[in-house]
Amino acid sequence: MPSAFQVHASDNVATLLDEALEGAALSIVGPEGNRELAAREKVAMGHKVALAAIAEGDTVTKFGVPIGIASRSIEPGAWVHLHNCRSQLDERSGSFDLHTGAPGDNAHG
Amino acid sequence: MADRTWQGYLRPDGRKGIRNHILVIYTVECASFVAQEIGKDEPGVHVIGFPGCYDNDYAIRLMLALGTHPNIGGVLCVGLGCEYTQPHRLAEAIRQSGRPAESFFIQEHGGTRSSVEHGKQLLQSLRARANADAVRVPMTFADLTIGAECGGSDGTSGLAGNPVVGRVFDRLVDAGGTAIFEEIVEMIGLREVMTARAATPTAAEQLAATYDKMLAYCRAVRQYSVAPGNFAGGLTTIEEKSMGAFAKSGSRHIQGVIRVSERPPHPGLWLLDSVPDSHFMQFGYTNPNDTEGIMDLVAAGAQIVLFITGRGSVIGSAVSPLIKVTGNERTYRCMIDDMDFNAGRILSGSLTLDEASIELMDLIADVASGQPSKPEQLGHREFFLMYKHQNVPSLEAGCHA
Repeated sequence: MPSAFQVHASDNVATLLDEALEGAALSIVGPEGNRELAAREKVAMGHKVALAAIAEGDTVTKFGVPIGIASRSIEPGAWVHLHNCRSQLDERSGSFDLHTGAPGDNAHG
Repeated sequence: MADRTWQGYLRPDGRKGIRNHILVIYTVECASFVAQEIGKDEPGVHVIGFPGCYDNDYAIRLMLALGTHPNIGGVLCVGLGCEYTQPHRLAEAIRQSGRPAESFFIQEHGGTRSSVEHGKQLLQSLRARANADAVRVPMTFADLTIGAECGGSDGTSGLAGNPVVGRVFDRLVDAGGTAIFEEIVEMIGLREVMTARAATPTAAEQLAATYDKMLAYCRAVRQYSVAPGNFAGGLTTIEEKSMGAFAKSGSRHIQGVIRVSERPPHPGLWLLDSVPDSHFMQFGYTNPNDTEGIMDLVAAGAQIVLFITGRGSVIGSAVSPLIKVTGNERTYRCMIDDMDFNAGRILSGSLTLDEASIELMDLIADVASGQPSKPEQLGHREFFLMYKHQNVPSLEAGCHA
């Protein structure tokens, strides 16, 4: 079973330690022990999955601190990345390619 | 665990060391070969120095901070004879700290062979005096200053390696000890998170000013810490990437900011600012490799430095033992001779963060008691120092005093 790691008890996302396919049962390893969660979609290793529903405008929390704001509502088990979470500091990265991270806003883009 | 005690070395300034090393300092690259030969095959002798012929106040302050470090019992300064940095003035300043110190110019002792022989003789007498002067006293975590540095990071560093060190820092601070973290260039986006952790309004001002200088520096040298590959790897925002590095600071209040070669004025958690100040020559990049960052932490008085790596690293440190922590189980297995602590067990769920931090505290106490860390067992004693400019009013006199 693929696993995901939750750093802090107040986090609403966990980081995938393996790749999870759509519908896969995920083992969430966290500060309060292990539990299971179904992945709503394919999530790659190193990427994040929502542990609970996150409403648009709410804080995405990892390490116990805000790492961004939900730019649309996020379901439990969904992939959390550039398409639904934006930086509070860096407005540019929200437009980067969801899969490659490549910028499309520069002269050669 | 937090009440562990061990025998340390009491220094005349009241600080306590966990080693009684002898330091050989060369004052120009031209003297480095002779200095290295003097220290070769000598147990407990570490060699450091500055390569430039033209002097640099930052470098002199750092060498003095290491020469008077609590892990050092005696110092030999070796110069060629035509450089700006003066070995006899370094030795004099170190003697004023109550340590035996000697110095000589190679040009006054013939060539390589006679200088190495002369240096070896001086080393014998320095070691005899350092052993005779040694005052053994009990030490606890309250007497420890510990630094944290990361290098060769991977996805596990932010998830396990840095958080376990952060938890150790919390325990150290709660036990009355001193914890220092640096690498502020990796903390872009965390201005509010950092200032919210300030212990006092003054500390908040220091943290904000240090952050703003760092951002100006990064813009000037075009050094930013996030790249497309980070996003492809799963990091969504710069705040997320920065928090992975900042996690090693733990959760306690930050007492303030110190600059390179300054010591924290009182126990607790401190940020070390190693970023160069704006200067007419704009010289000095902020630490170009892990070893310079480690030396900055040691110069602040750290008797032990925790080094967090994911991909793996094979460095050690002059003056203070380096303890290597990895969050990557594969790296731990592949580099078992170099890695001290396997934090990867947190990710596999076989150990909680709390349990891991208790185990790491015990390892720190073992190393403080004299058990060699893995890099020490392998004979590592890396050192690196280059030109840099920093305004440090509290230390501006340096060895010109």
